[in-house]
Amino acid sequence: MVRPIATTRSAAGLPTGRLAVWWVIASEIVIFGGLLGSYVMHRLGHPEWADYAAHTNTWAGAFNTFVLLTSSLSAVLAHQAAEKGDGPKAARYLGFTILGGGVFLVVKSFEWTYEITHGFTITANNFWAFYYTAAGIHGVHVIAGMIIMAFIAMDARKNKELQRVELVGLYWHFVDIVWIFLFPLLYIAK
Amino acid sequence: MAESTAHAHDEHAHGHHEEGWFQKYFWSTDHKMIGKQYLFTGLFLGVVGAYFAYVFRMQQAFPGKPVPGYGLVTGADYNALITSHGSIMIFWLAMPVLIAAFGNFLIPLMIGCDDMVFPRLNRLSYQIFLLSAIVLAASFFVQGGAFGGAWTSYPPLSAKEEYNLTPLGSSLWLLAVALEFVAFLLGGINFVTTVMNSRAPGMKAFDIPIVIWMIVIASILFMASVGPLIAGAVMLLFDQTIGTGFFDPARGGDPVLWQHLFWFFGHPEVYVVLLPALGIVAEIITTFSRKKLFAYRTVLYTSIATGVLSFFVWAHHQFVAGIDPRMANVFTVTTVLISVPIAEMCFVYIATLYGGQIRFTVPMLWALAFIGEFLIGGVTGIYLGASGTDIYFHDTYFVLAHFHYTFFPIAIIGTFAGLTYWYPKMFGTYMNEGWGKVHFWVTILSFNAVFLPLFVLGAAGDHRRIFDYTNFPELASPEMQAVRVFATLALVVMILVQPIFAVNFFYNMFRGKKAPANPWNANTLEWQAPSPPGHGNFHPLPEVYRGPYEYSVPGRDEDYWPQNSPK
Repeated sequence: MVRPIATTRSAAGLPTGRLAVWWVIASEIVIFGGLLGSYVMHRLGHPEWADYAAHTNTWAGAFNTFVLLTSSLSAVLAHQAAEKGDGPKAARYLGFTILGGGVFLVVKSFEWTYEITHGFTITANNFWAFYYTAAGIHGVHVIAGMIIMAFIAMDARKNKELQRVELVGLYWHFVDIVWIFLFPLLYIAK
Repeated sequence: MAESTAHAHDEHAHGHHEEGWFQKYFWSTDHKMIGKQYLFTGLFLGVVGAYFAYVFRMQQAFPGKPVPGYGLVTGADYNALITSHGSIMIFWLAMPVLIAAFGNFLIPLMIGCDDMVFPRLNRLSYQIFLLSAIVLAASFFVQGGAFGGAWTSYPPLSAKEEYNLTPLGSSLWLLAVALEFVAFLLGGINFVTTVMNSRAPGMKAFDIPIVIWMIVIASILFMASVGPLIAGAVMLLFDQTIGTGFFDPARGGDPVLWQHLFWFFGHPEVYVVLLPALGIVAEIITTFSRKKLFAYRTVLYTSIATGVLSFFVWAHHQFVAGIDPRMANVFTVTTVLISVPIAEMCFVYIATLYGGQIRFTVPMLWALAFIGEFLIGGVTGIYLGASGTDIYFHDTYFVLAHFHYTFFPIAIIGTFAGLTYWYPKMFGTYMNEGWGKVHFWVTILSFNAVFLPLFVLGAAGDHRRIFDYTNFPELASPEMQAVRVFATLALVVMILVQPIFAVNFFYNMFRGKKAPANPWNANTLEWQAPSPPGHGNFHPLPEVYRGPYEYSVPGRDEDYWPQNSPK
């Protein structure tokens, strides 16, 4: 497909792709904002949820936080490499970020298996319903980010569409920041 | 769908063509074609929504009698029909036509570029929208039938199949709405980015036509308000399908939370569809009064103020839902406040007309009717925004008549205004003015004959959700029944004249008188492209030298001054 002239213009002084990703993030913020706002309102009305939250594995959550933050670092390094025009290096760093997402999901699945087998299912009570819904929607975003990154890394290896490395990085940082909110709200707050 | 698949195979058979039928009409990335796809899908669903209205109004007028063209209406049918009527008219008519169809068609043309910034995303947006419509249609054919819990879908009615008796219909309804939201999020991001980045050289912020501003503000409002409802839809879907208790009070959930999530979107949504309609009216009024838009910047700031305020009025839908009375006071104040910018907008339009050389063309008639009819909707809203009177009026036909006096001007009058105005640009031909006026007058008169009586019925105590009034002796009096019959007959008249528009529209598309590029002598850029615009819209792409509303400028021979004309 030939790119229309519209795509190449930048009357606002920002590249079109970056502008659009910011709008995507803005609309995502409201989605998670609505969900977490609902959770916080419930939580304030139900002090007994602290007892349920005590069953979450804070150490696993902390480890996952560390993993996600590290994967964001490699996304930044990928961006840096892309800026210098080094596509293969950017692709390697993106690969490392995908790996981070993978480790995050594996840890998560062990946590969930443990919790579900101990009776803390999504229908157990509303704390667990929020726990699985919020972490689940976040997990879907992690998976989507990994898939998009894989496509971008394949292009970047051939030094094609290097500007996209920055764009997926923006998205990945956002997914990371959502987790920074989820971790204290679901794991730490007792 | 089957037809398009057949054509897809056809396409494979001789796939070496540059652009086959399928490629052109179904897989196109051209903003004009995607706009038309949205337009025709939306209009088709609008016809379906109107048919539903006909069926349940007939049940109201002649309870228990078989409805011609439908048959006997059961209680479950009735609920499914009103639910689908509301959902379709807002999500599958007003949104696709006013925002997506006009937005897609007009944005690149009016800001002077060749397409949207993300043409393939645009195509995907339409396809997801089409899928959402198919899912909605499918809900009518599953076991238990279509969802009947009203377009607001309040739990616990919507959450438990023991209550709503539509185990699949309610989930499919929710899925369809969620898909529709995704389609409009993708479209909105595309719209906003395109207008921010792809304007013609020389087009500054205050040179953008008002209708484009309105579509952009509406898209941002949509983006900022729909998020919590998307989260809420996931929660409700889990309540329905896997048995969580987010909205179940017996398990510590909160049904009023859904109302908050829904109306936090639902009220800005009114302005999401209102603003594009107001923008269409602004374009038409300036063109046909040959005058500069009165106070361009005021209109712009006012619509931004409306957008901001619209986020603080939602709980006026919940005055009887057991919310804190102190909160009701706050929301009464904000609700009454929001009538200020809207009234201001009406005054600005009237001031634009003042002293102009008014031409009563068909689009101008629609635009003027918009102002008059919307005014009735706005004024009756004040009774409902004040929590004291709302407690009496809540869930009566007064409410119903009020919001039809807002939504009919928006979705129907706004659409007819825009279609008749941009028709020569879309299809390169003229519509018939005489038949257009006949259609206009009968539609407007019958619209008022449908809904003015419903205000009276509502004030007399008619409740919205009653399927058969014969069970309520004090509401089934012969006098009140006569009013119901009158409103229903007026609706039948309104529906019967719509084929005039359909014939006028489709016949002239192929056989109409050829229109020049700028048939109305208008200033905005779309009129400087050929009618209909070809691939790439402009050759060469235009540059902009002035604002969009320089009409009747003293010292010029012509009474218009195109935005791209150097002098």
